[in-house]
Amino acid sequence: MTEQATGPHHHPQPRARTGAAQQPAIVEQVTGAQSLIRALEEVGCDTVFGIPGGAILPAYDPMMDSSKVRHILVRHEQGAGHAATGYAQATGKVGVCMATSGPGATNLVTPIADAHMDSVPLVAITGQVASKAIGTDAFQEADICGITMPITKHNWLVTDPAEIPRTIAEAFHVASTGRPGPVLVDIAKDALQARTTFVWPPHTDLPGYRPVTKPHAKQIREAAKLITQARRPVLYVGGGVMKAQATAELKVFAELTGAPVTTTLMALGSFPDSHPLHVGMPGMHGSVAAVTALQKADLIVALGARFDDRVTGKLDSFAPYAKVVHADIDPAEIGKNRVADVPIVGDAREVLADLIVAVQHEHAEGHTGDYAAWWDDLNRWRETYPLGYDQPEDGSLSPQQVIQRIGQLAPEDTIFAAGVGQHQMWAAHFIDYEKPQTWLNSGGAGTMGYAVPAAMGAKTGMPDRTVWAVDGDGCFQMTNQELVTCALNNIPIKVAIINNGALGMVRQWQTLFYNQRYSNTVLHSGPAVSNGGSATGSGKEPCAGTRVPDFVKLADAMGCVGLRCEDPAELDAVIEQANAINDRPVVVDFIVHQDAMVWPMVAAGTSNDEILAARGVRPDFGDNEDD
Amino acid sequence: MTKHTLSVLVENTPGILARIAALFSRRGFNIDSLAVGVTEHPDISRITIVVNVESLPLEQVTKQLNKLVNVLKIVELEDAAAIQRELVLVKVRADNETRSQIVEIVKLFRAKTVDVSPEAVTIEATGGTDKLGAMLKMLEPFGIKELVQSGTIAIGRGARSITDRSLRALERSA
Repeated sequence: MTEQATGPHHHPQPRARTGAAQQPAIVEQVTGAQSLIRALEEVGCDTVFGIPGGAILPAYDPMMDSSKVRHILVRHEQGAGHAATGYAQATGKVGVCMATSGPGATNLVTPIADAHMDSVPLVAITGQVASKAIGTDAFQEADICGITMPITKHNWLVTDPAEIPRTIAEAFHVASTGRPGPVLVDIAKDALQARTTFVWPPHTDLPGYRPVTKPHAKQIREAAKLITQARRPVLYVGGGVMKAQATAELKVFAELTGAPVTTTLMALGSFPDSHPLHVGMPGMHGSVAAVTALQKADLIVALGARFDDRVTGKLDSFAPYAKVVHADIDPAEIGKNRVADVPIVGDAREVLADLIVAVQHEHAEGHTGDYAAWWDDLNRWRETYPLGYDQPEDGSLSPQQVIQRIGQLAPEDTIFAAGVGQHQMWAAHFIDYEKPQTWLNSGGAGTMGYAVPAAMGAKTGMPDRTVWAVDGDGCFQMTNQELVTCALNNIPIKVAIINNGALGMVRQWQTLFYNQRYSNTVLHSGPAVSNGGSATGSGKEPCAGTRVPDFVKLADAMGCVGLRCEDPAELDAVIEQANAINDRPVVVDFIVHQDAMVWPMVAAGTSNDEILAARGVRPDFGDNEDD
Repeated sequence: MTKHTLSVLVENTPGILARIAALFSRRGFNIDSLAVGVTEHPDISRITIVVNVESLPLEQVTKQLNKLVNVLKIVELEDAAAIQRELVLVKVRADNETRSQIVEIVKLFRAKTVDVSPEAVTIEATGGTDKLGAMLKMLEPFGIKELVQSGTIAIGRGARSITDRSLRALERSA
């Protein structure tokens, strides 16, 4: 089964125009590399995160002359990818990263996969070996189109310089429309070097790409009917609402219906945490009220959400009483995990706008939902099982309190970026998100090391906003080198290392499910080094370990201000000190208690009915009276 | 599980077969057979895929295929409303005694003898899976030395063409 079976190949060349040809506004004689930079300028790209190398080198020459495109030289291509993601998540624009062939390109694989899981509009541009050398195992050759096929929305290999403007235009279009996602454009070195004509706007050619944005009127009417007939409805809001910039519509819709709102990890901030209709985040570490609301609901209205296993728990027992209205721009998400009674394909903003009108119409006909009894239940769960934590008995810092105070002391409109693990869940729980695009994290892929480069990208796109990366000491050691990039490029982010000396979430699972056998989760155990540094412990307790590495010294070495806090009494002062530094990146090493755990929790593979509010505490739902 | 025949119209671009094959393998769908070829329009290829899935996974297969940017259209061809054909080339052991019996079987199945040598005959046959299976069963006792079989190709009955609208879409975008 080979490609040759398809007969003679027709490279996708612009076809002859059939209608009246519009004259392109710009025609310039340039190199392929200049054509690439010109195309990036024309498409509105203002920032590229990347690292040059052999195959992409021609592109970096005209990049130097561009007054519109700022290139930020990162320290590792993974940093470039996550920075582009952070930039995209914070600004709503397309993020762009660039790398050379071979290892440069493969280092982008993790951030591309990450962006694919979280539907982030990302354009990755990679150099490829010269077209004649493709397929010969040439130096620094990797089939990056083949490698990224399953983790991109689409990708292109360009060997003809004349196709560069069209491909860049198509890449930005595909990345940013429909369900957003990462795309990759791989350009052969000889195509970058050759003389060509830059034509803009180019003629784009995507006959197989037609995202549906306008929802079907009949389905909208059906959904509105179910909403007004339901007794126990829940709005299950996902990242799609943020992507569609539909948060204003969501607020109107929620207040119109009076239904409770749950926002997933990817949707935090799309509905104000402080709003009385907000019952919290659903899922494995969701609030008892949100998880239970979905379990007991008779109607789930899913908006830009995908019934991910971290939300549903064991799928067969998820929300057993609920009918489902499922609105998503990606038809393949509807019915993938949970059958939808009313499927709606469309852009969340248009869906919500139409739903508002349809529900108003139902109200005008006298059909209003009566959710009073439902709110009694919801309020009881909310009040009985609020999110909370215990202070460590030994007087050490509580990680939850650190994160909570960072949130409370942060200037208005601060953007938070988290890594992956316990600190991510605590940042989701204990920081209030009132506005969209203030919370960046790696939800679907769960990429440790996301926070620092993503915060860098967010701060680059939003230089006037404070950006806090809430990171773990495990995550931080994966990508902290981008702090050098931040220090050298005037990107003054703030990093809180929630340093419990361990891979905390894995350690939590070892505590709960592996008999407290802590195999390879203590990060800085080992013989204490006598470097005159701040090594204080013998390594028995993670948080009092060897202090290798010394994060304060590391921060200092990278051109950042390094601070440390281990005393609860100093917590606010240290955070205020970090908030006051805006000319350099700041890293604060918060030494926190190692045994803190994330609660509530639904153990993996079990039903959401088995949620534990705290260790050994199963909430009393009054099941008998509900069923 | 039931067999479903999908006709997939795609842009004739490099890598499209890899994209489709990879999609099936990563989503855990099994391909029974796959055949690719050009259509009456040089920019469009047609891939006929036979999959063995329940109806709900089939919907997911179709939706995921539709998300591929180079895929133009997917049509499920129902058995009753379509003509389905496979091609078989089979080399059967034959000597002076058995050759005439083999040729008789070839006639019965309206197949063709395309090569003859002292020890073997090579037979070309087209048809549906059932017919070809029956023929091979008849030939088996003589000794099958080599067998090669194409994937199923299929076309709907009647005057309607599934390529018409996709062609118009292509022309509009051009």
